[in-house]
Amino acid sequence: MRALSRLLRLRNTSSTSRPSRCRHIRQYSSAVATARLNNSVDYSTTPLLNHTSQQCLSNPELPEHIRKSKTKRINLFQSVNEAMREALMTDERVLVFGEDVQFGGVFRCSLNLAEDFGTERVFNTPLSEQGLVGFAIGAASEGMRPIAEIQFADYVYPAFDQLINECSKVRYRAGSTGMHCGGVVVRMPTGGVGHGALYHSQSPESLFTHVPGLRVVIPRSPVQAKGLLLAAVACNDPVIFMEPKILYRAAVEQVPVDGYTLPLDKAEILKSGSDLTIISYGTPLYTCNAAIEAAEKDLGCSVELIDLRTIYPWDRETVLKSVKKTGRAIVVHESMTNAGVGAEVAATIQEGAFLSLEAPVKRVAGWACHTGLIFEKFIIPDVTRVYDAIKKTLDY
Amino acid sequence: MSLRYGARSIRPRRNLYAPACFNPSQAPSIARSWQRWSSVAESPASERVLFPGALKSKFTNDLAFIRPAELEAIPTYRVMNQDGVVIDETRDLGTTDEEALTLYRKMICLSVMDLIMFEAQRQGRLSFYMVSTGEEGITIGSSSALDPSDVVFAQYREAGVLMERGFTLDQFMNQFFSNCKDFGKGRNMPVHFGSRELNVHTISSTLATQIPHSSGAAYALKMQAKLNPDLPGRIACCYFGEGAASEGDFHGALNIAATRACPVIFLCRNNGFAISTPTSDQYRGDGVASRGAGYGIDTIRVDGNDIFAVRQAIKEARREALADGGKPILVEAMAYRIGHHSTSDDSFAYRQKVEVEDWKRRDNPITRLRKWLEGRGLWDEAKEKELRSKVRKEILVAFDKAEKEKKPALKHAFSDVWENFTEEQKSQMEELRSVLERYPEEYDIEQYEGGLDSLKEDLKQ
Ligand SMILES: Cc1ncc(C[n+]2csc(CCOP(=O)(O)OP(=O)(O)O)c2C)c(N)n1
Ligand SMILES: [Mg+2]
Repeated sequence: MRALSRLLRLRNTSSTSRPSRCRHIRQYSSAVATARLNNSVDYSTTPLLNHTSQQCLSNPELPEHIRKSKTKRINLFQSVNEAMREALMTDERVLVFGEDVQFGGVFRCSLNLAEDFGTERVFNTPLSEQGLVGFAIGAASEGMRPIAEIQFADYVYPAFDQLINECSKVRYRAGSTGMHCGGVVVRMPTGGVGHGALYHSQSPESLFTHVPGLRVVIPRSPVQAKGLLLAAVACNDPVIFMEPKILYRAAVEQVPVDGYTLPLDKAEILKSGSDLTIISYGTPLYTCNAAIEAAEKDLGCSVELIDLRTIYPWDRETVLKSVKKTGRAIVVHESMTNAGVGAEVAATIQEGAFLSLEAPVKRVAGWACHTGLIFEKFIIPDVTRVYDAIKKTLDY
Repeated sequence: MSLRYGARSIRPRRNLYAPACFNPSQAPSIARSWQRWSSVAESPASERVLFPGALKSKFTNDLAFIRPAELEAIPTYRVMNQDGVVIDETRDLGTTDEEALTLYRKMICLSVMDLIMFEAQRQGRLSFYMVSTGEEGITIGSSSALDPSDVVFAQYREAGVLMERGFTLDQFMNQFFSNCKDFGKGRNMPVHFGSRELNVHTISSTLATQIPHSSGAAYALKMQAKLNPDLPGRIACCYFGEGAASEGDFHGALNIAATRACPVIFLCRNNGFAISTPTSDQYRGDGVASRGAGYGIDTIRVDGNDIFAVRQAIKEARREALADGGKPILVEAMAYRIGHHSTSDDSFAYRQKVEVEDWKRRDNPITRLRKWLEGRGLWDEAKEKELRSKVRKEILVAFDKAEKEKKPALKHAFSDVWENFTEEQKSQMEELRSVLERYPEEYDIEQYEGGLDSLKEDLKQ
């Protein structure tokens, strides 16, 4: 009887709620009440997001006329949508396609684009990543600017051959024919959300950063996503554009209404500091920032935070300059430590700033395992692990 | 050049390619490859094509393209109509009254479980769920026509197959709640089942990857059957959606299964949608069934709302898959996806609610079988009520029990990546343990079996 009445309770609450993404209580991944560090990422107050229009427009990387223009408060999927809208509006060569793109995409990035620009330019593809990425390469090699969406970064592998053997090499093998596939942008949601398990959590960026010819970009926020995506569309090299999917809704900020680009070859110093440099990109930047706030308060240190933004080819100069100043470095990313981006950054620091180092370069990253559903919070770096790494690196 | 010489040098030795362990069914394909190399010498007046790539083609003077759009669509096999009335009473239904009742009970159990779990997800009690609504007849019907020893590769909307094979409610719930009794050790999203006992390989979210696995597994079964000719034959049965059939893996799987004559049933659930993508954006041919011919694979299309038709088709497909040394069969089972794609989807963003309601009312596998049962006096409203309340109770008991179980031990985040823990993993487990120990207020590890100790133990999987 108790069971039956509970079933009724189960049924009652839901009959009113529309089948949407609104989840009330997440008992399967609740935060720990006693946590001080691991509860401390707050997107509504983090300094990494522009909570006011003024803050947003003070960004020196924005073109002069944009800095005098209007902003609006949007999240990351809306800013991706705005960037694609701008691209479709200003460049008739732009196409937007992928699985389920026409109704707006499973993350709503292409919402209303098919309605507004027609299904010749914004369309569903059959369910084949190798097909749709190869299609993008072909279209770009005949002068279009395709923006292809892979539904999840975890599903890019069927297109691996097209990206590694074709996309990255078309210009090189074509030599003096001058033919290339610049203009291809392959977008994909990436990274953990807390309950994605093996196939909705991966961050496969290092598989692409191993390959010359591709540019790999991971934006941290709506402002960044819009500017970097528009730069990617304008870029004459193929770009892999990985969007941290937990930020689609979580990251909300003031974003310029008009179109603008941000540099594809520059890291950005988000916070300056003198004792230690943390290098990261995408979602873990928020983790790092929270850890830095706690560490600076507890330990009286000063930590510099760098967003790589473009993971390859990356801005080595900014990183080396910073580490030469601070003498200590930590690299943080979600994907596995082994042969990850951290390995490349750490080796570069060791080669280029050895004499300035006062501690080994530490990597805080995923372990050598897959993202088991129930274990995700122990695998993907959290505030505590970054905090602990700061402490240990300073104490070395 | 060297390739051609290599191929030629096979000619005189072709008998070596028919060792004793191969049965005579291999002979035709050897003859064909022989024919291929000799065909070049045929007379110039021949009526037939001499090219090695198409051996049965005749020459023609008509400049005519094949126009698939002008061909008659492949028919859909059914046994009973939408009112649950058997069309040809004189033919054997292939299902006894008792079997029909068992199938019906399982379909109801699956649909009640779907209702409860869908709602439970909405309440935040589990992270994800996918219902089978409208496809219970395909999964439960097909599974009931296989032998329990047959090997299953599934996509994710095949809970019915596991239920039919005997996956218990406790086992379902342990998987949904990622608890320490889940075979997947809490690693997989809900509905990604697997069972060694039931010969079901663990489901992966990656679409279509299981299709070539099923070809290879079927080949393994075929080779093993040759070594053990006294044992009954086994097949592989692979389930996938019409969307997944657009992946390259589908093509690779069917083609290799055909060339290696693998005893496998490729069972496509064509439910009209791949998330939001309608079949009109998925393909322009006659469904998935029309592709079978392209691979030289015998194919049938069946009404997925008619569980008798599904059973008959699969039984016959299985018989044929095992006959004469084995061959693949493609079955396209037609349905309509009545539920949302998953709990992460709101399908009314891309289809009309009335369309769904219409399908739900007009035709679905459960009401069709119920009408048949009622027509034979085997079922009524009272029995329906009693069954529903019984399975509901059983499901909720299992639900409660599973929700209260502990989570799998933390070491299982690292185990089974390789056969044994690596040195790197061991040092990472030590690093994790040290963090968990030094910052106890940051983590809730008591809900994991063995708490911190599982990372401390002498590290063996
Ligand atoms: C390789 C790959 N690409 C994309 C996805 C995302 N995805 C999950 S289900 C799905 C639709 C599958 O449709 P279908 O095969 O028809 O099966 P149904 O859901 O209709 O049962 C998509 C695109 C995936 N899981 N794997
Ligand atoms: Mg489908």
